[in-house]
This record gives sequence, structure tokens and C-alpha cells, in this order.
Amino acid sequence: MDMHRLPPFKIHAACGTLGILDRTRAAVPAEDIVRGMANMRERGNGLGAGYVGYGIYPEHADDYCLHMMGLDDGARERLRSYLQTVCNIRHDEPIQTRPTPTIHDEPILWRWFVQPREDKLAGRDPEDYLVNVVMTINRDVEGCYIASSGKNMGIFKGVGYPEPIAEYYRLEEYNAHCWIAHTRFPTNTGGWWGGAHPFGLLQWSIVHNGELSSYGVNKRYVASFGYECTLFTDSEVISYMLDLLCRRHRLTIEQAALAMAPPEWEEVDRVTDPARKRMLTIMRQTYPGALLNGPFAVIAGHDGGMVGLSDRLKLRPLVAAEKGARGYIASEEAAIWAAGGQPEKSWPVVAGQPVRFDLYEAKEAAA
Amino acid sequence: MPLTTVHPQFIIKRDMDLCIQCGVCTRQCSYDAQKIDPEDGRVSSDPRTCVGCQRCVTLCPTGALVVTERELHGRSHPNWSLQVQRAIHRQAESGGMLLTGMGTDKNYRIYWDNLVLNASQVTNPSIDPLREPMELRTFLGAKPERVEFDDEGNPVSQAGPLLTLDTPIMFSAMSYGSISFNACYSLARAAKNAGTYFNTGEGGLHRDLYEYADHAIVQVASGRFGVTPQYLDAAAAVEIKIGQGAKPGIGGHLPGEKVSAEISATRMIPEGSDAISPAPHHDIYSIEDLKQLIYALKEATNYSKPVSVKIAAVNYVVPIAVGAVRAGADIVAMDGTRGGSGATPTVIRDNVGIPIEFALAAVDSRLRQEGIRHQASLVVAGGFRNSADIAKAIALGADAVYIGTSALIALGCHMCQSCYTGKCTWGICTQDPYLTKRLNPEIGTRSLTNLLRAWSLEIKEMLGGMGMNSIDSLRGNREMLRGIGLTTEELEILEVAPVGR
Repeated sequence: MDMHRLPPFKIHAACGTLGILDRTRAAVPAEDIVRGMANMRERGNGLGAGYVGYGIYPEHADDYCLHMMGLDDGARERLRSYLQTVCNIRHDEPIQTRPTPTIHDEPILWRWFVQPREDKLAGRDPEDYLVNVVMTINRDVEGCYIASSGKNMGIFKGVGYPEPIAEYYRLEEYNAHCWIAHTRFPTNTGGWWGGAHPFGLLQWSIVHNGELSSYGVNKRYVASFGYECTLFTDSEVISYMLDLLCRRHRLTIEQAALAMAPPEWEEVDRVTDPARKRMLTIMRQTYPGALLNGPFAVIAGHDGGMVGLSDRLKLRPLVAAEKGARGYIASEEAAIWAAGGQPEKSWPVVAGQPVRFDLYEAKEAAA
Repeated sequence: MPLTTVHPQFIIKRDMDLCIQCGVCTRQCSYDAQKIDPEDGRVSSDPRTCVGCQRCVTLCPTGALVVTERELHGRSHPNWSLQVQRAIHRQAESGGMLLTGMGTDKNYRIYWDNLVLNASQVTNPSIDPLREPMELRTFLGAKPERVEFDDEGNPVSQAGPLLTLDTPIMFSAMSYGSISFNACYSLARAAKNAGTYFNTGEGGLHRDLYEYADHAIVQVASGRFGVTPQYLDAAAAVEIKIGQGAKPGIGGHLPGEKVSAEISATRMIPEGSDAISPAPHHDIYSIEDLKQLIYALKEATNYSKPVSVKIAAVNYVVPIAVGAVRAGADIVAMDGTRGGSGATPTVIRDNVGIPIEFALAAVDSRLRQEGIRHQASLVVAGGFRNSADIAKAIALGADAVYIGTSALIALGCHMCQSCYTGKCTWGICTQDPYLTKRLNPEIGTRSLTNLLRAWSLEIKEMLGGMGMNSIDSLRGNREMLRGIGLTTEELEILEVAPVGR
């Protein structure tokens, strides 16, 4: 059975993206991001939209929250029996929804707050362990797909335009300090809710507009570190790449950006500072498999904030803006205005250079 | 000419209306197939000794000559083709092994022709190499698995010693001895011009080529010819030659007639003596022994240059290649069954070894599965005919390719496969001063530099078409390939989807 109702090949799509972060952790009303997304209707075709919210589960902030999409009624029990063997289930409940016109074929939606079982960890890194659990569920537990797996965050996505998806998931009921959203224009597939974006792995969530020509390289590169791509989307492979680079290889976001969208050799050759030249050279020599080639504009959410990155030729639009404590990144500046009014400052994201908005507390902690 | 049962392989047609009896053909032919009568000065042909090298045809000032392969005559038989009969006749006469040159001429499937490349449309734009930088820079050697930084943000990880290539094409091992000095000289200078490397083969490095040693990969083969501390120190990289695609499992033999004073000095063997490379290295009888030689060479060169291990692609190429990486090789070079040679027993050339396409696909995949792909670069060889073959090899997972035969063709070779006779009329595969002076190293250098330039331009064009601006994004990107007319099993080994999917 084709568990994810997905064809086993690359999915092509174009997209609209918007992210809003309040750096003081004040709640950003869901209606803001929905208004922004509604403004980019042209960028989607109703075959997929989704949101990620950070800070939404303060009562379970230390547990990993798995958002399950199940294909049939038995999916939940199959997942429960598997989860019990690998995790302690602290709490589980349905993800609240409301019937919404234009939204149909919805899967079984359930959330699980879990901790790795100490007896199974056996000294392993708990996050490595959780990654493995998620990979195993997506591959082996029939009819189950994990949409998100981070702490104090969750991904809400499905087939439809962004506004009805938000309504269906009752997003107005969540207090998130960061929302990132996506609407898509897939060229050759629809139908399966799991194929919508954001894509998430642990703390990372990815929305993406573009088409990686280097997908085959990137997929095989992360596979050599044990990440198995099952969705055949760019967002999936970028999520794994960020988890690999930032968590396992302990690179900063800027360093990870150097791996994924490095300066061209022509530029490296012109660098006069020998230390910087050496650093850029070793990064390119070591991470050719991480180079994301072809058009992309990514917004990545994580525990400490939000990052925007575009390809080194800037083949897709990406704009950043600031207003007070709020940072914005979007495909179009109009979406930012629609979401939060006129920003104090806005600028195009420079090719290959990450824009990051960090929670103030994260910055202080780092300082 | 003694009476023989071997019928001539070629027909020499001379158009007497065009022939002006100038005698060029007789001076160009080193096989006595074109002769001039010393008494009346008339030219005549003897097809029995003709090898089909096309030298006379090409240089005839009036275009009076045609040399063609003799069509099957007599009664045809699928099992007993003319070629088969000729081989038996020759062996019945000589009682010896049949020798030949170049890669196999058996009609094995060329899998490159069953693979097609991708191009981008709409969802990801193609990139114009005339407008955007297009990166071919390639590094060969061991890279770290990850980059670690100190608290100041400076990287503490280091790559091993690396070769830097401006284009992912190098010249394959061709020794001074098997080819002429002028051919070696042309290869060395073209490698320098193009920002790539040539390979000395097992013939040592002639003193006049030390100037180009920073573009030389020097071989340490089973005969150890020409291996000196100076040789190792001068080189950019050292390659241990275990095997060769045209003759897996067997050694080499440079006949004493070819060992001139210069070759004697370069190889450090007496003038006129046979240079025999044993089949195995006499100090390598196991993988641990290979590891010892790799590290002996690393020690000898103070860990300042990558060490490559060159093997032939045979049935068990995967464990051998993986073993070489685990033994410390920084580069694994694999030579497929279509790889060339200056002299090889025909029976070995035509029947031993596997196509490089499969060896490459399988080894790249295994190294990735084992998580050690970054520890060594993969260089592949064995009949690369054009830039598309090279692009497809990179998509299957190669870091770079070695070209040998196509480089020789650029120097004038016409594929007569008679290299082993030492009478190459093109001045490439001979040590006869009368013949070697035919290859002008200035022109040779220019031809080879042109070839590398042309292929690099084409690779950039293909990369741009696929929506990429770096060769990094093609390396191992099998999504960029589709198979046409291949079996499910072949596709599975190549890890390539069929066309239409």
C-alpha cells in the first residue's frame, strides 16, 4: 500500500510564504497571518496550505509534541501501540477542528505529548532518538504520518486555500509568538494532506518557495547521515539538512547558510582576509552535498526565532521587515503590509545571506 | 612476406587518376604497406601489413588513397566471423598470445548511450552560462565529515591534502615508454594550461617534465619504475596502480627495443632491457599490505599530497574500492572494461572486467551507505568519448574522470589498435625518432587544451540547462538521469528511474 498516497517521485510546486515573529514572545493573533496569506492568493491553487505556530503548548512545553495525520480509524491505535514501545506518552488528545466548507477528505488528526523512554535511550542523544522515532513512524507505521515533532510547537496543514485551512484548525484558539505559513501551487499532485507545508522535524519547520535542481544530491547527502526522505519534497530535505547542520554538526545558522547557499568561488577567490578565505574554502570543500542549487526562498522556524534564506542567484522573491518587536519574512512585501500594516523598515533578503530574527531572550542568553 | 593463411584486414585503394607518385604514403607508412620501387620510383601497396592507421590516407596530397576494412568475404557464419578466424590463423602460425592496443573493440553495450540527462523548465529556470558564473572547480582527496569551529568562529577542521581541478577532467595514466616524449610533453603542458592533472603511468617522470610536476599524478606501479624521493616530492599526488581496465589482473611489459637511453634513465633500468611490471605488487598480497604501502607513501611525502589507488572494474570492485578507502586511499580511481592500453592480451582486454557505469554506481552508493563517501574522491576512467559521458558519470557519483584514449585521438590517433607494435605512424605510441618527431608538442598541447576547453564549455551548458551553477549539485545527482532501454535490474543497480517516470 502506498502509505502516504504519494507518488514516489519529486513533487514540483511554487508557493507563497509568510512568517511573523514577536521577539518578546507576545502572542501574534492568527488572524494577522491569515490576512497576509489571503493577500497572496495568486501564489497558491488551493491544493495545499499550512501553518506552524511556536509557543502554543506552554502546559507541555518540555514534551515533544507529535502531530499525527492518520489515513484511517485504526491509525491512532497503531501509532499508540508503536509509541508505547519507544516513548512515554504524557498526554494525547484530538487536534481540535471545525467543519469548514471546501475542506474535505481530512485525515484523523491527533496530538501526542511524549518523552523518549529512558530504558530505550541507553545513553543516546534524545533528539537523535526522536528523529529516528519519527522516521520509523513515517516509514513503517501503516497509515500514519507525523506532521510535526518539536516542543511547544505544532504544524497545521492540509489541502485547501490558507483561509479555510486556518478556520478548519481553529487557529484563533492558539497563542503563538511565531506563525509561519505557506500556500502552494503544486504542478502534479494534490490530494494528500501530509504533502502540504510547513514541513517539520523537531524544532525546525520549513516553508519554501522554489525548486531544488540539486534535490538528488541533497537527498543522498542527508541519507548518508540516516535521514530518509519519504515525501520527496524540497522542504523535507531542507528540514533534514538544517537538523543535520545545526543540531548534529553544531553549526550556527549563519554557518549553515554558508553550507547551503555558499558564495561563489569567484567571490571566495577575491576575499583578502586569509582566515575568512580559509573558512569559506573548507566549508565548500566539506559541504558540496549541502549546497541547495536552483531557485529557493526558505523561511525556517525554530525554538529561538525565525530565519529567511534565498538561493545564491536570488531566483525567488523574499522580503524581510521589522515593526517594533515583530519581525516579518515573506514572499511579497504586500503580504507583510496586509498582516501588520506599514513596517518601520523593510528590505529584500540578499541572495545567499540569511536574515534572522531571534527572540530577545535567546539573544540575551547567547550574550 | 612468407605464405600465410591470415587474410589481409584492409583494402588499400589507390585512385591512379589522382596519384602523382610523390611517395608521401611510402614515407609515412611504418608498416611497409606502402612501398616505392627503388628502380622505377613507382609506388605500390601491400594490404597484408596494413593496420588501417589512415596516416597515408590523411597525408596524401591529392586524396588518392582509401583504406577500408575488408568486408566479410566467403561464406558468412555467425560463430566463425572473419575476426575469429583471423585470430585462430594468427595463433596457429605464432603459437603465442595475441596482443592488441586500446580498449576493447567488442560490441559491449555503452550504457552512457542508454542514459539521458535532464533539463529544467518553468518550475526551476535553466541558467545561462554566458551570464552567470558556472562552477566546475573540483577537489580530490579526503574531506572532513563536518566542519567544527572554535569559540572565535574559526574552523578547526581540516581537509586532507587536496588536488584542485578547474575542470573535472584529468589525463589518464600513460607512461613515457608506452607513448612518446612529445605526447607526454603535450599532456603535461595541456594539464597545466587547463588547471588539471596528467598522470605519468608507471614510466617515471622525464627530467624535462619536472617543470610540470605540480600538475602530475605520479604512479607507483608493480615494477616501481622511476620511483625516487625526488619523483614523489615533485608530484601533486601519488597513485598506486593496482589494475587497469584493459588488462585487469595482469602486469605490463615494455619490450627492450623501446627502452632507449632516455627511457632507461627515466625508468632507472638498463638500456635495451625489458621493463616488466609484475601482475601483483610483490609487497601487496592483502588489504593490510595495501594500507602499508599507502601509508609508506604518505610518510614518504610527509602527508602533503593525496594518495590514489587505481583499480580495474571487475566483479568485486565494490569491496575492493571500499577496502581501499578504509585502507586510507584519498582517491580511488576505477578503470572500466572499455579502458585503453598500449599493449594488452586481446583475450584479457575483450573478456575481463565490467563497464565503468555499473562499477561507479555501485561503489558510490556503497560508500554513501557506509558513511565514508567524504573520505575519498572517486575518479573514473574507461572510454569517455565526450562531455556528455562525463556529465553522466558525475551524475552517477564520480568526482572527476580520467581520459586517455580521447586525449590520444586529440593528438592524432586513428584507433588502429596497433600501439603494441611500437610503429605508431602518428608519432604517439612509438619511440622511433623518425616517427616521434611527427607529433609537434606545440600543436599537441593546443589540441589537448582545446579539447578540455570545449568539453568544459559543454559541461557548463548542460549544468545550466539542468538549472545548476555548480558541478557540486550534479555530483551523485541521479535524479538528473533517466534510463532508456534498460532492464529493471540495470536501473536498480544504477539507481536511476526509467524515462517517463
